Amino acid sequence: MKNLFLIRYGEIGTKGHNRYKFENQLMTNIKTALQSLGAEPKVTKTFGRIFVETNFDQLDVVERLAKVFGIVGICPAKKVDLDFDEIKEKALELIRAKIEKNNQLIPFRVTTKRANKSFPLDTMEINQQLGFYLLKNTPDGSLKVNLNEAEIDLTVEIRENNAYVYATEEAGSGGLPVGISDKAGLMLSGGIDSPVAGWLAMKRGVEIMPIYFHTPPFTSERAKEKVIDLAKELAPYQPGGLELEIVDFTKIQTEINQNCPEDLITLIMRRQMIKVAQKIMNRKQGKALITGESIAQVASQTLDSMQVTNHISDLPIFRPLIGFDKTEIINKARKIGTYQLSTKPAQDCCTVFVPNTPETHPNLCQIEEGEEELVIDELITEAVNNTEVIFL
Amino acid sequence: MKEVYLDNAATTKPAEKVVEKMNEALTEAYGNPSSLHNKGLAAEKLIKEARANLAQELKVKADNIYFTSGGTEANNLAILGALKALKSYGNRIVTTKIEHPSVLNVFKSLEDDWDVKYLDVDSSGKINLEQLAEYLNQETVLLSIMAVNNELGTIQPLEKIIKLTDQYQNLYLHVDGIQALGKIELFPARLGIDLYSVSAHKIYGPKGIGALYAANTSRLNSIVRGSSQEQGIRPGTENVPGIAGFGTAVDLLTTSQEQEQIYELKKLLVDRILTEIEGSSLNGPRINQGAAHIANISFTGLKGEILVHSLAEENIYISTGAACSSKRKDSNHVLEAIALDDNLIDKTVRFSFSRNNTVEEIHYVVDKLKEKITMLRKIM
Repeated sequence: MKNLFLIRYGEIGTKGHNRYKFENQLMTNIKTALQSLGAEPKVTKTFGRIFVETNFDQLDVVERLAKVFGIVGICPAKKVDLDFDEIKEKALELIRAKIEKNNQLIPFRVTTKRANKSFPLDTMEINQQLGFYLLKNTPDGSLKVNLNEAEIDLTVEIRENNAYVYATEEAGSGGLPVGISDKAGLMLSGGIDSPVAGWLAMKRGVEIMPIYFHTPPFTSERAKEKVIDLAKELAPYQPGGLELEIVDFTKIQTEINQNCPEDLITLIMRRQMIKVAQKIMNRKQGKALITGESIAQVASQTLDSMQVTNHISDLPIFRPLIGFDKTEIINKARKIGTYQLSTKPAQDCCTVFVPNTPETHPNLCQIEEGEEELVIDELITEAVNNTEVIFL
Repeated sequence: MKEVYLDNAATTKPAEKVVEKMNEALTEAYGNPSSLHNKGLAAEKLIKEARANLAQELKVKADNIYFTSGGTEANNLAILGALKALKSYGNRIVTTKIEHPSVLNVFKSLEDDWDVKYLDVDSSGKINLEQLAEYLNQETVLLSIMAVNNELGTIQPLEKIIKLTDQYQNLYLHVDGIQALGKIELFPARLGIDLYSVSAHKIYGPKGIGALYAANTSRLNSIVRGSSQEQGIRPGTENVPGIAGFGTAVDLLTTSQEQEQIYELKKLLVDRILTEIEGSSLNGPRINQGAAHIANISFTGLKGEILVHSLAEENIYISTGAACSSKRKDSNHVLEAIALDDNLIDKTVRFSFSRNNTVEEIHYVVDKLKEKITMLRKIM
């Protein structure tokens, strides 16, 4: 038997004449997200709703769709003819399944969305009559009507050719479908922050292209593995897949260490990373860079420090976590599923090359002076042209 | 050079004959040793053979050997299994500050209910016998001490230690012999050791199999519940391939001649490093006093982890004691216990040798090491 899911999407519905673009992108993403389960699902749309019909297990479907941005709610639904008796029957089936699992008195309500105005009963009539029918046909003490704090919101949607009934809505991730807002590079380290920053950008429909800077032997193969694992964890949120770029940064790092003042090493390193990332974005038509910085979390994340890093980039650098506390970031990371991976011990080069007293309030002159001895244009080109690309 | 493996205190490469034996156990004697039929019997025979080999090597009775899932479980079983019965005899338990985590963390978990004492060690890693005498009293029911330290190679003066424990009737002595088996001569029953842990993968055997020798099980309880395998001391269907491989590894145990060769390799490496590389120092026991297979060396200004990765690029495998993550200062309990200079703790690496290593390999390693260190010191 096929399972039917009614997909609710919020913000897309408010878009004007571009709305169809958002909807089409969302439908494509839904299809792609479910492809890994096997045969292609049937995805259709009517005004304001997308319907997914599949043979797949309900839990598998919900788990995958919960990671597709643009979806607000995933409702396992029943499709019925425009016949009130049939509606009542299906509604009762759904309600019974719900009370079977629960011995308590459950507050419930009926919500009707009547897009098809030719249906003989109006919204109020459906709500009342269906509610009464459900109360009458379930064991006493299992249901009570509570319009404001309902645990079960039995919803009936009356549409042009059919009605849909559902009693459950699984939360989606919200946001906009990935692919609708161009592409951006994500500076991905093994830490807690950058995956969250990437997730937030994806949430606004941005397709992210993670970039990792590998510095052997100063960083280990395990650190690289960890970043690959993190990117894999982010991949389901971007149904088209992720392209992780791994930059071999050792030669550049070595030059920086040998030619720059110690207190500026971290900042200069960051600047050169941005430079490399920007060149990779030029190649891949990325429109921005995204980092996991949050103001004043560490020495290189003061406003002054960000200012000198911005200066080296023609692309805007977005920092979605700018106003987040560490605990907020951690909570988000837990929800996304990256926290455990991020906290596995495996150092990155930020922790290996830490100056004893890093400059926290640099100015551009000072940094440019610090970079005077640094002749690395060729090394940068080499790094940009020789990245290892991993498709996830 | 194809590859030089100098991390043999972490684990050794299984001997070919070990692998063959395990293959036999997996493909032919695959029955459950508890089964009544011939397939079960064939598997049981492999276990019997392995147990006899280990018993012969340790000069103990085969019945006193209990196979476990490895050294960690053997240590846990020895300590936790014995303490259940020992509670009525006293409340003090003693160990050293340089034990392996599979002993140390068990003791730490017991701190709430027991009077736990940790023995200090000197710069060579040896315990202080006077302090031990002080900690021992009629209330002391368990002393757990490792024969050979896994990071420094320190050999504890077990005979002297045992002399001090003789007068205490209720004292159980557990010795972690995981780095000692095949490295130093040690016969637990003859020394009067009550509990002795060993592991297969340190002696060219497979991972996931170890054993506990227990002189007498009247005060040893199982720490897992199940059927009656291993006389009920360690229930669970036996790891037959592992046990069979262990038995073969014991059969092939390093000879004293091989031990001497291993010592010569260590001496060559240490001598060359100390004379040719500036800022290097040997930690722990003097070169001729520690176990032949371990050399622990610090290099000023060079994080051990980076050295490990640099050498790995050349297919040379060594290890660090302490992880140098600046976020986590969990450091290294062994190096701290020998009071190594704070600055050197994360600049320390361990070379550990096997009978498979050669003189050429050692020269190659030192040459590469010199190259890498010169390069790294410029950058770091």
